[in-house]
Amino acid sequence: MITFDAVSKHYRGQTVAVDKLSLTAPSGKLTIFVGPSGCGKTTSLRMVNRLIAPSSGRILLDGEPTDTMDVAVLRRKIGYVIQNAGLFPHRTVAQNIATTARLNGTPKDQALRIAHELLERVGLSSAFANRYPWQLSGGQQQRVGVARALASDPKFMLMDEPFSAVDPVVRGQLQDEFLRLQRDIGKTIIMVTHDIDEALKLGDQVVVLRTGGTLAQVATPQELLARPADDFVADFIGRDRGYRVLGFAEFAKGGVPLGAEPTATLGATPETLRQIATDRWVLVADSMNRPLGWADVDSVKGPLRDGDLNLSGTLAVEGSSLRHVLDAALSSPSGRGVIVGQSGELMGTVTLSHVAEAIEAARTGRMGTQP
Amino acid sequence: MIAWFSDPTHWTGSDGVFALVIQHLIYSGVALFFACLIGLPIGLYVGHTGRGVVLIAGLANALRSLPSLGLIVLLVILFGPVFTSDMAFIVPSIIVLVLLAVPPIMSGTYAGVAAVDPAAVDAARGMGKRPLDILFDVELPCALPLIFSGLRSATLQIISTATIAAYVSLGGLGRLIIDGRAQNDYYQMAAGAVLVGALALLVDLAIGILSRLTVSPGLTRRL
Ligand SMILES: Nc1ncnc2c1ncn2[C@@H]1O[C@H](COP(=O)(O)OP(=O)(O)O)[C@@H](O)[C@H]1O
Ligand SMILES: [Mg+2]
Repeated sequence: MITFDAVSKHYRGQTVAVDKLSLTAPSGKLTIFVGPSGCGKTTSLRMVNRLIAPSSGRILLDGEPTDTMDVAVLRRKIGYVIQNAGLFPHRTVAQNIATTARLNGTPKDQALRIAHELLERVGLSSAFANRYPWQLSGGQQQRVGVARALASDPKFMLMDEPFSAVDPVVRGQLQDEFLRLQRDIGKTIIMVTHDIDEALKLGDQVVVLRTGGTLAQVATPQELLARPADDFVADFIGRDRGYRVLGFAEFAKGGVPLGAEPTATLGATPETLRQIATDRWVLVADSMNRPLGWADVDSVKGPLRDGDLNLSGTLAVEGSSLRHVLDAALSSPSGRGVIVGQSGELMGTVTLSHVAEAIEAARTGRMGTQP
Repeated sequence: MIAWFSDPTHWTGSDGVFALVIQHLIYSGVALFFACLIGLPIGLYVGHTGRGVVLIAGLANALRSLPSLGLIVLLVILFGPVFTSDMAFIVPSIIVLVLLAVPPIMSGTYAGVAAVDPAAVDAARGMGKRPLDILFDVELPCALPLIFSGLRSATLQIISTATIAAYVSLGGLGRLIIDGRAQNDYYQMAAGAVLVGALALLVDLAIGILSRLTVSPGLTRRL
């Protein structure tokens, strides 16, 4: 548990970067500080490990005030991850990771062993152990940065825009992997981001700050979307709030009835297709019954080829949120959303009206539990 | 000139090439040692703390603009009465060589430390490394390439300027040139110049090898 108790920071007397911030980041949870640029996120984060000294107020780790601790000792208890990783360029990947363990008194051999284990955990093979940072991509460097913070097995972690410097595809992967990792390790984490989507995706608790370093709202992502505290928060979360709510797990429970969908295979003749078809569109699957795309019965002239397939439809994996199910239905040329199992095999299709009913049911169920 | 080099009497003896090279190396080595003793800590301090940047820039420029020969003569006149032995020439010469070598070493070290990736230093602080550990585990090793380049130009300056010091009766390869001038022996003068050049090249090569051995491949990007 990390507690902010009326913490303020004034730079050079005038700029108020953080203004009487009071909040708690619960143990084992991922708390995200989000807000527009310059709202004091980084300043707040860096006051926890005293890279910046608060002007007033106190920060407590598990109830223990940090202002009386030796700074080096304090920092060694807290994992620290920054935007551009900040790896030591003259050290190999394994040496970089081992640093924090070494600082906490772990013998060299053991620290290097830990480093090798952590490499695997953050999704890098041990082939990377003896490379230097310049030989790594931005995303790989960031993974090493996370591993380095974890090597001392700290109870707390601070992360400042850890995934901002990489391209969107890699960012998505890093986020997913990090969520999986956090499920295993359950650290008490404060992460800073300016990206509200990242905050909603990763956070157990989201802290929205406004310019001037004041607290706008502390809430779970669901609450934030459902009940933004004021116009500032509503604006900051942006459009598509209603649609994004569908992305949360509680909307996965309402099952949408699956319809059986006949399929054709590549090479089928126009006559076969017409026999199978229930309307203009026929779903085409491979020999393992994995969906490939939709064929338009009216336009297929010869035996069905790859080039005849319409690939616009997205696939929703069984049990995923209604956001994905709805997207599958909306993007499908036939209007029927394709649902697949964990290994990609066809489970059936859903209709837009059934999805809408499920959304309606989930919505009333959820609203019903709230005053 | 080949004739000059093939005459064995020019190589041995108390004023032979071997003895002069050794003398030259000793003076240069002593001067380099003291220059490092002064330049490295100042460069490290200023680079690490960011304090005194303007001061060392001004100091470096002032030292660079000193006329070496004039200063040597001046110091010999000043120190003459203090020392009785050869020290009366050696000490002033070495002082001037040190003054000449400090700026490149100091500036190289400062620039090297100042150029270290601020994110790496921030990470080091954030994980709980103490200031001296940051200096010696992160800043110094990362600054080595620029420190070595400062060291190289300092060494070249020392070796070439040590030649001038023969003017005030200092030993070393400068003797060949100054004495050759006095005796109108142009072959000997040319031989002296060639030898100084060769010595400078060899020492530069040695420092190059040293830097290869000590600078991490993570910085040179050479594997
Ligand atoms: N070292 C500093 N000196 C003066 N002002 C600063 C300093 N660091 C940050 N600030 C100011 O404090 C405010 C908050 O900065 P910061 O915490 O970095 O914001 P964020 O991380 O949310 O973008 C900004 O207005 C910034 O200009
Ligand atoms: Mg910031």
